[in-house]
Amino acid sequence: MPKYTLSVNNKQMSVEVDADTPLLWVLRDQLNLVGTKYGCGVAQCGACTIHYNGSPVRSCQLPVSAVGNGKVVTIEGLSENGDHPVQQAWIEMDVAQCGYCQAGQIMAAAALLKKNPNPSDEEIDTTITNICRCGTNVRIRKAIHLAASKGGKS
Amino acid sequence: MSHPSVSRRNFLRVSMIAGGGMLVGFSALSNSETGDNTEATPFSPNAYIKISPDGKITLMSPNPEIGQGVKTSLVMLIAEEMNVDWQTIDVEIAPLDAKYGSQTTGGSGAIRSRYAPLRQAGATAKAMLIAAAADTWNVPVTDCYAEKGFVIHKSSGKKLSYGELATKAAGMPVPTNVPLKDPKDFTIIGTRVKDVDAKAIVTGKPLFGIDTRKEGMLFAVVARPPAHGKKLQSFDDSAALKVNGVKKVVQVKNSVAVLATSTWAAMKGRTALKINWEDASKLESTADHEKAFRELLSKPAATPNRNDGDVDAAMSAATKVLDVMYEVPVLSHAQMEPLNFYADVRDGKAELYGPTQVPQSLVSAVAKELNIPATNVSLGLPRQGGGFGRKLRPDNGVEAALVSQAAQCPVQVQWSREDDMQNDFYRPSGMFRFKAAIKDGNLEAWHQSFASLSNGRSPDTYPAGAIQNLKIESHSLPTNIPTGPWRAPTHNVQAFANESFMDEVAHELKKDPVAFRLELLKKAKEQPVGKLAYDPDKFISVIELVAKMCNWGKTPANTYRGFSTWFSFNSYVAQVVEIQMLKGKPRITKVYCAVHCGKVVNVSGAENQVQGAVVDGLGHAVYTKLTFNNGAAVQTNFGPYNFVRMRNTPLDVVVQFVPSEENPTGLGEPGLPPIAPALANALFAATGKRFRKMPFVDDIQFA
Repeated sequence: MPKYTLSVNNKQMSVEVDADTPLLWVLRDQLNLVGTKYGCGVAQCGACTIHYNGSPVRSCQLPVSAVGNGKVVTIEGLSENGDHPVQQAWIEMDVAQCGYCQAGQIMAAAALLKKNPNPSDEEIDTTITNICRCGTNVRIRKAIHLAASKGGKS
Repeated sequence: MSHPSVSRRNFLRVSMIAGGGMLVGFSALSNSETGDNTEATPFSPNAYIKISPDGKITLMSPNPEIGQGVKTSLVMLIAEEMNVDWQTIDVEIAPLDAKYGSQTTGGSGAIRSRYAPLRQAGATAKAMLIAAAADTWNVPVTDCYAEKGFVIHKSSGKKLSYGELATKAAGMPVPTNVPLKDPKDFTIIGTRVKDVDAKAIVTGKPLFGIDTRKEGMLFAVVARPPAHGKKLQSFDDSAALKVNGVKKVVQVKNSVAVLATSTWAAMKGRTALKINWEDASKLESTADHEKAFRELLSKPAATPNRNDGDVDAAMSAATKVLDVMYEVPVLSHAQMEPLNFYADVRDGKAELYGPTQVPQSLVSAVAKELNIPATNVSLGLPRQGGGFGRKLRPDNGVEAALVSQAAQCPVQVQWSREDDMQNDFYRPSGMFRFKAAIKDGNLEAWHQSFASLSNGRSPDTYPAGAIQNLKIESHSLPTNIPTGPWRAPTHNVQAFANESFMDEVAHELKKDPVAFRLELLKKAKEQPVGKLAYDPDKFISVIELVAKMCNWGKTPANTYRGFSTWFSFNSYVAQVVEIQMLKGKPRITKVYCAVHCGKVVNVSGAENQVQGAVVDGLGHAVYTKLTFNNGAAVQTNFGPYNFVRMRNTPLDVVVQFVPSEENPTGLGEPGLPPIAPALANALFAATGKRFRKMPFVDDIQFA
């Protein structure tokens, strides 16, 4: 099997996997970074959202062979102490119910705020396309606005 | 070291922990639910509060956490009665053990059944800690009080921590009938407390079954029959075994499991399997079901489920009869964490870890399938990525155990989303026929007939009891499509049909929809017809509250409103949906909810459950359906299985609770049933068109 060296959360990590292996499964099964979640495998639900060179990407659709030297950041690496403004806003608004989709939601929101520090409701509507079966969408929106109000791009 | 003393009246057992500390064991079900409490029955605690000498307090919680917030709210109950900060209590989801009693999470029952016993256990522990301090100081207990984890002597100000007192307290006599706090003195129950796992969730800690990683574990995926009605005939695994990382292929009943060193390798191995499936029974399609429902509804049922007055006579005498059909599709549970389970079955023993709402029946089912005693099966319970009823079936755990047994190694069986949607126990589809007899400006008779893939029904639900002539009938269509409970089972379809039709009747009578419901409930209260399964006063309380919240009767400009109300799981909910028309397309802007669910333990968690139920209910009403073609699910993943997202979510969902000191009633589900009809009624207000078939997006495009 081919060998790849990846930059994940500012560390160089080596894996030996088939070239077509989605980054999602490399993170979860090889690198034991299980915060990135599997939800659909077809880039619909967003549970597997990571940052790739600063942009939100659905890691179930990114083959390991395409990662190259790109910088990968997962929920585990979003902040040193779990205190990114978006993470803090999520706790403050008590967003989570089951919590499963929230890592992907947070990664999507953090990427949005980095690009657009004060998004409107319409901009949130078009950018945050993740799925939450618990229906926490109302609080997700409020948490994004809260993080923005506190200078959420970090 | 054990020094048990049992109080039968309180159903508590207190013992010293080896090495020091206090263990308060109690039955987390009330005496009435456990039934027998005679002297002959040995008392066995099923939940524990542990107080260590270092002051650490741990609750062994007997309910799986599936997102309903139970880990947080159970801690609050104990903290309240023990006079400690809730933050100082650690909570562990108890592994499955007979001693934990019923651990099922479903039917919105966790808080309902634990409210009294958990408070009693906390109050008793506090009383014993105070007694231990009074004994140490040789002062009357009445001179001592407890505050923030300490017992304090009033006059001298001396204090000892719970940790210092725990070991001694464990040896004190267990008091009976310790009084619970007066609700007016509550400082924790009824406040807003954030999820105890919040930090772990937002930092991506391995909390879920899917995150299980154990030594020697292989990742497995399973090829199951591709359609309901098919079974395994033969398979060729030679190509699969050549896939990088694939280690083993095993047959389990009608399925073939591929085990590999990663999930992806297992998935590729599965794709490389060559399998012949054969027809074992009829291959059903949604179109056939719809045709059969119509035929069933054209005939009376053999016996009505409820028959008050004389519906047929009232229909004959009516000046107008409304006669309409309502339809609901099959739904998948689509909990965000696809099913999975870890199993290690070797040497006649099974070690299991994974998501389930029914720990006991899963263990029994595994023991039966493996033909080993249930005592050889252990089960750990992770936090779970949603339940919604799917995990009330133990099939995911049983299958993993069989795969591990066949492969003789520890495995994590991972379901793909497609596996989940093809192999669900679906929310059954169904069709309703409603008839209403109108005469002299009054609703004289109500006739509801329901045909469905299941036999679920609740014939005594509102408006039964409020209408003089009422007939409820149901037909069940035999099928090989597996069906099961889905968030607010039966209510989620019945509320839609009932409350939409009620709006049609109100419109026909030219009555205000809110005033019309209040009129019906007044009649149910003053002159109930037959059995009355709900409390009209509580119903009225939520209707009046929601009307007040939204200033009913004064609709904002460019806004259309719909109203609905429903009673389920002993809770009452009334909702108003507001929509605006943007270039002719509806956008749901705001929802008001009034809820009567007894005492609210955690206001933040409770509000979150209701807001979530609203978004969930709206999303499924507008977007989602699952259909079958020759036994195969047509929509097998998000995308085709259309799902609500942020752009379709109301900007705000306002929730208020009717103040109550009664014991809590259900909350995970009751917020969902009334939202679909409230939306359908708002769409009628906006468009003049009735939406009688879900999902609405088949008939109208949303903004």
